[in-house]
Amino acid sequence: MSYNWNWGILLEQSPEGIGSYLYTLWLGLQWTMLVAAGAWILALAVGSVLGVARSLPGRWFSPLATAYVEIFRNIPLLVQLFLWYFVMPELLPRSWGLWVKQLPNAPLYTAILGIGLYMGSRVGEQLRAGIQALPRGQMMAATAIGLTVPQAFRFVILPQAYRIILPPLTSEFLNTIKNTSVALTIGLLELTARARAMQEYSFQVFEAFTAATVLYLLLNIAVTFAMRLIESRVAVPGLGVLKK
Amino acid sequence: MFSDFDFGVIQRSLPYLIKEGLTFTLTLTALSTIGGVILGTLIAMARLSSYRVLQVAGAGYVNFLRSLPLVLVIFWFYFLMPYILQWVTGASSPVPVGAFASALITFTIFEAAYFSEIMRAGIQSIPRGQPAAAAALGMNYWQSMWYIILPQAFRNMLPVILTQTIILFQDTSLVYVVSLPDFLGAASKVAQRDGRLVEMYIFAAIVYFIISFFASWLVKRLQARIAIIR
Amino acid sequence: MIEIDNVSKWYGDFNVLKHCTTSVTKGEVVVVCGPSGSGKSTLIKTVNGLEEFQEGDIRVDGTALKDKSTNLPKLRSRVGMVFQHFELFPHLKITENLCLGQMKVLGRDRETAMKKATALLERVGLEAHAHKFPGQLSGGQQQRVAIARALCMDPIVMLFDEPTSALDPEMVNEVLDVMVELAREGMTMMVVTHEMGFARKVANRVIFMDRGEIVEDATKDDFFGKPRSERAQQFLSKILTH
Repeated sequence: MSYNWNWGILLEQSPEGIGSYLYTLWLGLQWTMLVAAGAWILALAVGSVLGVARSLPGRWFSPLATAYVEIFRNIPLLVQLFLWYFVMPELLPRSWGLWVKQLPNAPLYTAILGIGLYMGSRVGEQLRAGIQALPRGQMMAATAIGLTVPQAFRFVILPQAYRIILPPLTSEFLNTIKNTSVALTIGLLELTARARAMQEYSFQVFEAFTAATVLYLLLNIAVTFAMRLIESRVAVPGLGVLKK
Repeated sequence: MFSDFDFGVIQRSLPYLIKEGLTFTLTLTALSTIGGVILGTLIAMARLSSYRVLQVAGAGYVNFLRSLPLVLVIFWFYFLMPYILQWVTGASSPVPVGAFASALITFTIFEAAYFSEIMRAGIQSIPRGQPAAAAALGMNYWQSMWYIILPQAFRNMLPVILTQTIILFQDTSLVYVVSLPDFLGAASKVAQRDGRLVEMYIFAAIVYFIISFFASWLVKRLQARIAIIR
Repeated sequence: MIEIDNVSKWYGDFNVLKHCTTSVTKGEVVVVCGPSGSGKSTLIKTVNGLEEFQEGDIRVDGTALKDKSTNLPKLRSRVGMVFQHFELFPHLKITENLCLGQMKVLGRDRETAMKKATALLERVGLEAHAHKFPGQLSGGQQQRVAIARALCMDPIVMLFDEPTSALDPEMVNEVLDVMVELAREGMTMMVVTHEMGFARKVANRVIFMDRGEIVEDATKDDFFGKPRSERAQQFLSKILTH
């Protein structure tokens, strides 16, 4: 290959004037982690509501939650981000829309919102599977000792359901991290965007992408390791996990 | 609320959106599903083989690609492919690769990691007596795979493969990042040319939704039918 | 026809076969019995190389299994095998199940293969089901198809691995009838089974296994008349009380 490798480029100053290229990648990794963490918290909250709602009897909760899941699962994440970023401000009353557009760090908030709501539908599906995998007697036993339905979910069903879906949740969290890269399309300077910028400024394509690849792999390994630790910490003897 | 909007832009650009954009997206989806399933099946066979080297190589391939965001992989191949072609053909400078070929190779290689996990589960779901019975008839490894194991594994996994294809269909929208003319790329081009972002992105969302929703519904029906046959 | 010579096998530390030695001559019907976990199924699967073994050797029609130059698929194509769970190929119709090995392994053309398949289906009394899928047949019917599938390959010997133990009781006899007929025609057979009635009717020899060892290897009359070992006596008294 007629490519001039130059790994020293990583330590050279980037023309943005904020430090070396390696430092800009590090900044990108921080944004990646920040957005992933924010989106994940939102996804867990939304997913919990959806998972419980889809497991409830009655004519309202379950179909509404199903509709949410269908809508968010059947539109590409990239298009969803465009809807939040370009379309939503136009549909709001004019003054609100202006306020939204002038928000500092709008890409950051949009990415957290968009990725969080998108991943929420997937977490909700996992949680529903977890709840359904529990013996039906658990709910009956919980109500039989006098717990209300919300109490039964809070103290009996959810603690078990979350434990058995921990392995699939780990991979959903890893998906959340990977999905943050989609937000480069709305101008979020996360890791992939930083690598792309480095490639454009320095023309050292492969050094830039190799560095980003290595950082993603390390992040993956770290998260997988941390989740294993959590799994073993919260494990309860006799309560298995749900296979993907 | 929509008084400022001009939905006529959709009607005017519809032929372009469908003939160029949607055709690109659907062809890319179909071909990379086929390529991904074939490559993925080979990788699954490698992981389930009795050769340590193949097992490790297969697992490495899958785990490596599954750790990376698709956007990054798209960039990788977009820039790497001309150099690979130059190396393969021995040309004097990097060889430019067509937009479609570049996307097809990227998605085939990337999605093969996911399809291989599906096919691996499919192959493992076949009772061990089946390969034994094939061997007892005198079939060799490839005959047993081709006539006995893979047809059953593929059929058992068809709903999962199709579900992954729907995900792949949505994932193809990411070629936007290297400005390829897929459906979203085409919609976005019109949106920016005419300054009609709201109309075009809403329209794009609706089209993706209808196709994905309808396809998921078909898969669900197929799944129910397969469940009855078993 | 089959010579099993001092064969031993381990699963990790577990010794499933211990120094097994026996033989089956042409035209002989040998029944292998013993309590579950005695290694009898493992033994019969070593004969066509479906199970590996670490020590000893097995020769089938003069071909040594341990010999590196032995073409296992070719050897297996001459040894018919019937499995406990039938193992018909569920995605193929009955006739396709019967033709596949003939065409792909023996290289017969479709017409020849179909002729053979039809003849053998008739023989097991299932010609009416030729175009069904295995899942549409009862267990007994499936096992008869499996026997026909093995016979399609013109085997020089037939191995049966508990061919009736996965069947509902009312279906056992239809399968045994086919096997008895086969034995009377002079087919060389090695049969792992608990069906002592079958053994009494057609076996020349009975092998009794326990904990991986061949404890008894005797003619039918000797085995049922005066079993030498205590373990065989216990086994027979348990199995024959009903």
